[in-house]
Amino acid sequence: MSTYPLAATRRRRRSVRHTLDMRVSPYAYVAPFFLLFCAFGLFPLIYTAWVSLHEWTLLSDTQEFVGLGNYSTLLADGYFWNATFNTLSIGVLSTAPQLLLAIWLAHLLNRRLRLQTLFRISLLLPNVTSVVAVVVIFSQLFGRDFGLINWMLSWFGVGSIDWAAGTATSHVALSVMIMWRWTGYNALIFLAAMQAVPRELYEAATLDGASNFRQLRSVTLPMIRPTIIFVVIVSTIGAMQIIAEPMLFAQSTGSGGGTFATGGPDRQFQTLALYVYEQAFANSTFDFGYASAASWLMFLAVVIVSGVNFLITRRAKGGIV
Amino acid sequence: MRLRYLTLTAVAFFSAFPLYYSVVVASRHNSALAQVPPPLIPGGNFFANVSRVFDTVPFGLALVNSLIVAGSISIAVMFFSTLAGFAFAKLKFRGRNAMLVITVATMMVPAQLGIIPLYMLMVKLEWTGTNYALIVPALVNAFGVFFMTQYLSRALPTELLEAGRVDGCTTWGLFWHVVLPAARPAAAVLGMLTFMSAWNDYFWPLVVLNPDNPTVQVALSSLASGYVNDYVLGLAGTAVGTLPLVAVFVLFGKQIIGGIMQGAVKG
Repeated sequence: MSTYPLAATRRRRRSVRHTLDMRVSPYAYVAPFFLLFCAFGLFPLIYTAWVSLHEWTLLSDTQEFVGLGNYSTLLADGYFWNATFNTLSIGVLSTAPQLLLAIWLAHLLNRRLRLQTLFRISLLLPNVTSVVAVVVIFSQLFGRDFGLINWMLSWFGVGSIDWAAGTATSHVALSVMIMWRWTGYNALIFLAAMQAVPRELYEAATLDGASNFRQLRSVTLPMIRPTIIFVVIVSTIGAMQIIAEPMLFAQSTGSGGGTFATGGPDRQFQTLALYVYEQAFANSTFDFGYASAASWLMFLAVVIVSGVNFLITRRAKGGIV
Repeated sequence: MRLRYLTLTAVAFFSAFPLYYSVVVASRHNSALAQVPPPLIPGGNFFANVSRVFDTVPFGLALVNSLIVAGSISIAVMFFSTLAGFAFAKLKFRGRNAMLVITVATMMVPAQLGIIPLYMLMVKLEWTGTNYALIVPALVNAFGVFFMTQYLSRALPTELLEAGRVDGCTTWGLFWHVVLPAARPAAAVLGMLTFMSAWNDYFWPLVVLNPDNPTVQVALSSLASGYVNDYVLGLAGTAVGTLPLVAVFVLFGKQIIGGIMQGAVKG
């Protein structure tokens, strides 16, 4: 009589603990990620919108609400449109050839090959090189006077090009750096997808007399389309946010004209993200409100461009004919 | 077939050559770069140039900072990702699938756009100029969680967990005694990937740190700035600050690439 209720309580307590363990503890295990993302990912992104509606600088303690004032100033700002153009130009120049090349390389690797591991490692080598190292190295290679690239071009009678000085040439130079760093990585992602394509499809295609290129176009591409869409979107989002390359390029070619955040003395390669950085951190005004407005317009651009690319990639069928 | 090898060899050459050439320049004297044709084999000036790097920027401090930051981030990411991956792969709870989808979707959020409020947050927390500003926001990430979820749902037999339950293990006990040991191969790859990307991170450290207390990448970028282009100095710093990592990558390349390709195939 005296021990019975005690045992029941203990049993009940144990079962409560068991229920907690089974039902609640999983949430605790995934919680760190969600808490961290909300605090350092989601909150800043949303708060940017709030800041963008204010006259808000690092230096003053009061923030005046200005509504969409920052946005209308921005839309009339030639430097903003210049940065938008540069972002799109560098984005297209670096991403389009890069992904085509990556698919082709993946196709080449998607066979029984000797030295397979060696080739893969060499493809990923540029990707584990830091962006600072990449730009420092390539600034030297693209140097006007003693650069290796101008030296090689001189064999073909091309005069020494001041790569950082021109709009088109600087965009090409930056695109080469971005391509060098990311082509191999994307090739491996494509390769992973290609290896999941059933071998029988290729055997059947070979029996039907389909050429190597035809197999790539009519078997491989349609089969890995989800991966292609995924890579296109991720690359687009990445390309719209390019900042470190132009910043460092201006710095290490000495063409920053005093400040490296302008992307060259004529802003010839200032990207949107770099423009945001200039307004917020490199400008003596530390204009957080204005820079936040630019951030949100950039976010809008990311969504629009990714959406368009998504539609294009989904439409463009490899066509199983 | 021969063309295939030729092409791939050419690509391998283009991948490796800029790194090789950076060592060539780093081991030369500035005057040697003006030669025509440019030097194509390393010279004997490497250590003199490296000591110039240490005289110009606080490079020793930068190396220590980068080691602390990348090291703590890697350990934390391995731990928290395995924990969350275990829950997503093997535990039943309401909203599990939706939460996993949200996790993957967050990888698409262009987080850089929130950099201004993030900086303001760091000012409020008084973390600017300290390693906390780099470590805390990076303690766990969506890629790691997804990566470990993929691995554990494939490689960890459910029977093993059931046997543990029968023996009276709590969920935490299962994690500690069964999941952690089983997750080791994938966690090691994740750790290496995380270490490399933390070591190479540039933009956020540049924004939030001071030049007198930098990470390696920030120190490298201040080496490369200035009105006179001292490429030798910049590339000597690059050689010390990034090439060891590249060497480690080549050593463990097979495992790391396997990891990247497995993470790429979406479940």
